[in-house]
Amino acid sequence: MGELTLVEAINDALHHELARDPNVLVMGEDVGLVGGVFRATAGLRETFGEDRCIDTPLAEAGILGTAVGLCMAGWRPVCEMQYDAFSYPCLDQLINHVGRYRWRSGGKMEFPITVRMPYGGGVRAPELHDDSPEAYYVHTPGVKVAIPSTPADAKGLLAAAIRDPDPVVIFEPKLHYRTMRGSVPDGEYVVPLGRARVAREGSDVTVVAYGAMVPLAEQAASALAGEASVEVLDLRTLKPLDEDALLASVAKTGRVVVVQEAPRTCGYAAEVAAILAEKAILDLHGPVLRVTGYDVPYPYWKLEDAYMPSVARVADAVRRLLAF
Amino acid sequence: MRVERDLRRVIGDGESLPDGEVEGLDDADLLELYRQLVLLRTYDERSLVYHRQGRIGTYAIFWNHEAMQVGAVYALSDDDWIFPSYRESAIGLLRGMPAATVLSWWRGHPAGWWNPADYNVASICVPIGTHVPHAAGLAWGKKLRGESACAVAFFGDGATSEGSFHEGANFAGVLKAPLVLFCNNNQWAISTPLELQTAAETLADKAVGYGIPAARVDGADVLAVYEATREAVARARAGEGPTFIEAVTYRAAPHATADDPSVYIDPARVEEERRRECVGRFEGYLRRRGLLPDELREQVTGEAAQLMREAIAAAEAEPDPDPELVFAHAYAAPPASFDHDLAELRRVLADG
Ligand SMILES: Cc1ncc(C[n+]2csc(CCOP(=O)(O)OP(=O)(O)O)c2C)c(N)n1
Ligand SMILES: [Mg+2]
Repeated sequence: MGELTLVEAINDALHHELARDPNVLVMGEDVGLVGGVFRATAGLRETFGEDRCIDTPLAEAGILGTAVGLCMAGWRPVCEMQYDAFSYPCLDQLINHVGRYRWRSGGKMEFPITVRMPYGGGVRAPELHDDSPEAYYVHTPGVKVAIPSTPADAKGLLAAAIRDPDPVVIFEPKLHYRTMRGSVPDGEYVVPLGRARVAREGSDVTVVAYGAMVPLAEQAASALAGEASVEVLDLRTLKPLDEDALLASVAKTGRVVVVQEAPRTCGYAAEVAAILAEKAILDLHGPVLRVTGYDVPYPYWKLEDAYMPSVARVADAVRRLLAF
Repeated sequence: MRVERDLRRVIGDGESLPDGEVEGLDDADLLELYRQLVLLRTYDERSLVYHRQGRIGTYAIFWNHEAMQVGAVYALSDDDWIFPSYRESAIGLLRGMPAATVLSWWRGHPAGWWNPADYNVASICVPIGTHVPHAAGLAWGKKLRGESACAVAFFGDGATSEGSFHEGANFAGVLKAPLVLFCNNNQWAISTPLELQTAAETLADKAVGYGIPAARVDGADVLAVYEATREAVARARAGEGPTFIEAVTYRAAPHATADDPSVYIDPARVEEERRRECVGRFEGYLRRRGLLPDELREQVTGEAAQLMREAIAAAEAEPDPDPELVFAHAYAAPPASFDHDLAELRRVLADG
């Protein structure tokens, strides 16, 4: 076990996966020579050569589109999108091809593409460096989505994504890239997709979160100590969702607050609430509450603290639910 | 279609390369160009200081890009539209926009919003190349209305790899939109050098496929940039459609304040480029013509410095934005849910 930052853990996973499988390659803008604008791919080119860590032209549709063809030629591409909001040009490829190609081959051909990108706000960045676009991706059939909240999960989920036969998109909380440290297993390490993690046990309310909202939920749980026993469920994978873990937690607490940084409407929290309405209605003692970003463009950073879900907003939702 | 591969130059080197002249520019024009160059240079250098002092956030440095911005805009009339990228963040200053507005944008404050129609300057485009079709659309729209205005889109060498650039250029070519596609070829896209961006011999070659004529100019030569843009604007106004200008320069500074280029750029090359930077070269030109006595230089730099002192003071005097602004302006008629969201946010903020 080493103590690594979240971005170091990602870098560690990439080194192990490129060493393990000669078909894995990394591609993206500025990933090679400089090792990525966040250093996630640092050292890969030196260790594995220019052909396996490629600085591409500046074109996200081109990156993901050529990744489809690379799969047909037997490669397992790991594509970096430099930032959340700059991934959008790739959505045409993602929706029309990446998520459909296996299906159109009658399940005969695999597209083991991994897309990784830093996401989320709170970093005092200029416009469009703050988005939480996971809903667009989760909504796409044929595509899996994971969002780690700890360095160990960042390593393990990325390894699982690279080994997975289907396309997987990983959103990495850039807010915690360098500020969060944690112990990370040495060597090859895989956290299977589709398994949630109880980040903190509790009995009165379940706060469901993922990515950068998990530590926030944990802080809210601490802030509520003495008032309420809060369970924090870290989903880790949004698709496939670990429904068993979700339903088990709700069966215990009967109350759910879902936290997401993205705008509210049609966000992932709505999906969680719908599943609970379908499958846990008799366990619920109150409505499923959402704490989310608002239905507006992510604001300029002097206003971002007002936009982002806060410990106070999560705690407030928990209190309202307990008083229901 | 005509593609000029040779770099156009007007300013000489004071030694073997003689100075040229641009027809139609008198001494007052030359001094106005100088004043504008110094204004942008001062904006940029002060911004770097303000960033280091924690007074603005991450900032995209445009040192040694001033000649492209000043030269191109000087060839426009006020009715013509400018579509800047983050690299041209302060280009509105050339249209009378307060520097405090641009500083506010970099301070992450909504006081950095402006109405594009007030200055005919579109909002700063942060995603690469996505504003090129906007500029094509504006130009086309003006043409449809029978108005004479044209548009200039500024983008980098890296942007010529994005689909949006190609789609915008093609639309402009097909529709004969009065558009100037102004490419700031500073030879780097963050850490990616030009040769990894394209296998084309020049970026100007890209225009050929869209039926658009192209010229290449020395991007550190404000007069050559002006002259080439003036020709492009004349073509546009004559109904001949778009022109592509590749202004060749060098990014002699980090990509932005968060970047450390020492890892990927040869510092000796940067030093060499810094010695031939665009403001100093124009100063040499003016001096050789006897137009820039030391007192005048001091006066111009002093005025720009004073403008920036007042601008940062004005930007910092803006009170912190009220949370209400989170919900403002996304819709003409905001959904009713916003009232509830704001009330709840205020209640939580008050409790906290
Ligand atoms: C669509 C998109 N992808 C990636 C980025 C991240 N990014 C910001 S600047 C930049 C390089 C741009 O290079 P260039 O077009 O040459 O312009 P320059 O910065 O050199 O002026 C990149 C990749 C972005 N802003 N938008
Ligand atoms: Mg460039």
